[in-house]
Amino acid sequence: MITFHNVKKTFDDGTEAIKGIDLHIDEGKLVALIGPSGCGKTTTMKMINKLIQPTSGKITIEGKDIAHKKDVELRRNIGYVIQRIGLFPHMTIEENVGLIPKLKGRKKEEYKKKVDELLTLVGLEPSVFRKRYPLELSGGQQQRVGVVRALAGEPPIILMDEPFSALDPISREQLQNELKDLQKTIRKTIVFVTHDMDEALKVADEIVVMKDGRIEQIATPKELIENPANEFVRSFIGEERIQSNLNLASPEFKKITSIMEPAKVDSDLNLPSVNAESTLKETALLMLTQNVNQMLVEKDGKIIGMIQKNELLSALAGLGKGA
Amino acid sequence: MDVVQAFWETVVQRQDLIIDRTLQHLYLSFSAIFIAIIISLPLGIFISRKQKVAEFYIGITAVFQTIPSLALFGFLVPIVGIGFETALIALIIYALLPILRNTYTGITGVDQAIIEAGKGMGMTSSQILFKIELPLSLPFLMAGIRTATVLTVGVATLATFVGAGGLGDVIWRGLQSYNNNLVLAGAIPVALLALSFDFILKLLEKKATPKGLKQ
Repeated sequence: MITFHNVKKTFDDGTEAIKGIDLHIDEGKLVALIGPSGCGKTTTMKMINKLIQPTSGKITIEGKDIAHKKDVELRRNIGYVIQRIGLFPHMTIEENVGLIPKLKGRKKEEYKKKVDELLTLVGLEPSVFRKRYPLELSGGQQQRVGVVRALAGEPPIILMDEPFSALDPISREQLQNELKDLQKTIRKTIVFVTHDMDEALKVADEIVVMKDGRIEQIATPKELIENPANEFVRSFIGEERIQSNLNLASPEFKKITSIMEPAKVDSDLNLPSVNAESTLKETALLMLTQNVNQMLVEKDGKIIGMIQKNELLSALAGLGKGA
Repeated sequence: MDVVQAFWETVVQRQDLIIDRTLQHLYLSFSAIFIAIIISLPLGIFISRKQKVAEFYIGITAVFQTIPSLALFGFLVPIVGIGFETALIALIIYALLPILRNTYTGITGVDQAIIEAGKGMGMTSSQILFKIELPLSLPFLMAGIRTATVLTVGVATLATFVGAGGLGDVIWRGLQSYNNNLVLAGAIPVALLALSFDFILKLLEKKATPKGLKQ
């Protein structure tokens, strides 16, 4: 979908922001660009909608060199979400979201329905929010509008420049989850700039780690944690995350056997049992529905251990084993 | 009571003169403001794009502003002679600074994040100007125009010295004939005009504040 061919960027003041990158971003993928400040991640992203022009090299979208496209045309087909939200304070939510369709020359009746749909999609009731002004909304609500505004022109590509980093931790978490869910339905090609590794690991299909204008590694979150390409990537991910595999060890993935204790001889074999392949989440669900404090772990018809409710709870709370 | 009555009699007696000069005064002031807006507004937009030269242009208008008004009228006489044009030019020069500076401050004060969002969404620079920058800086523009108007209405009193008429005529005649009532009959309408424009324009300024920005 988007391809960088040996792209370099030197700013007027002589700073070499991008020292030659080759990158291919597949259609429908959410790709996070991550790295320390000054690594060139934002510059890389802004070259896609020509807010920054590359000094040399070529960027193509669907095989076509974007240098030959008109800036305005190109940008209207690329959604753009920025950290500081940038809603137009003098326009209502409806006008903000409808702006791109309007600039594209659509009729109001046509895009009005779309605006309502989009607001509903991010949990903002249209009848309540349509006529409100941005400053009447909370930060999290504003950025939800920011996201759907980028979607309103139905662009195949969306650029997000640290979209959630200015929000409070709770809203950030919510919006990250919503983005993941949203992406399942909309399947856009999303380029997501962040400096937060947890965020990247959480939302991205693919992570591009950058440093000093170069790409250090391109990998899925799992690969990245399991096989950091070099010392820099390893330290950037953080030893802690690699050791504990914290993010991949979320209740959805972590196997119940990881917190199992050996079955005692006098264990009550009448307890309900759970398959050894089950995850923490599944087990918790079973425990709740069965209303028990202990469960046996069964593998190939044999009891191989047991689970205590407290152990499971602390694992779910992220407190680690035995906490 | 006698004082008030004497004043009122003067007003009634000279009402033709006062009305005539008030209209002249208004015509002169408005022409000057109108032309000053036509000059300052585009110039303000222009220098908000070229921030390096902005201080220079604002500096020039600030220097104009520091010339004592009576002296400015005097300077212009040898160059443009006496009459309406001379007064007009002097008043325009005075009105430039407030409008220019407020236009500049208003436009450069628009949150850069908003501009970046607009640009990134594919708005052209004229769409950004007309749909974002101008609406958002409108309260500033209006405040500049208000300051300029009040200033101009006051300074226009001096137009009489270059033979351009206005309420200054009434005041000047009063001074020459030691008729304090006549001086007041010229001065009070000037004050009332200035106050009422200030009031009206303040209302407009409030109206010009985009809805979403009102508290």
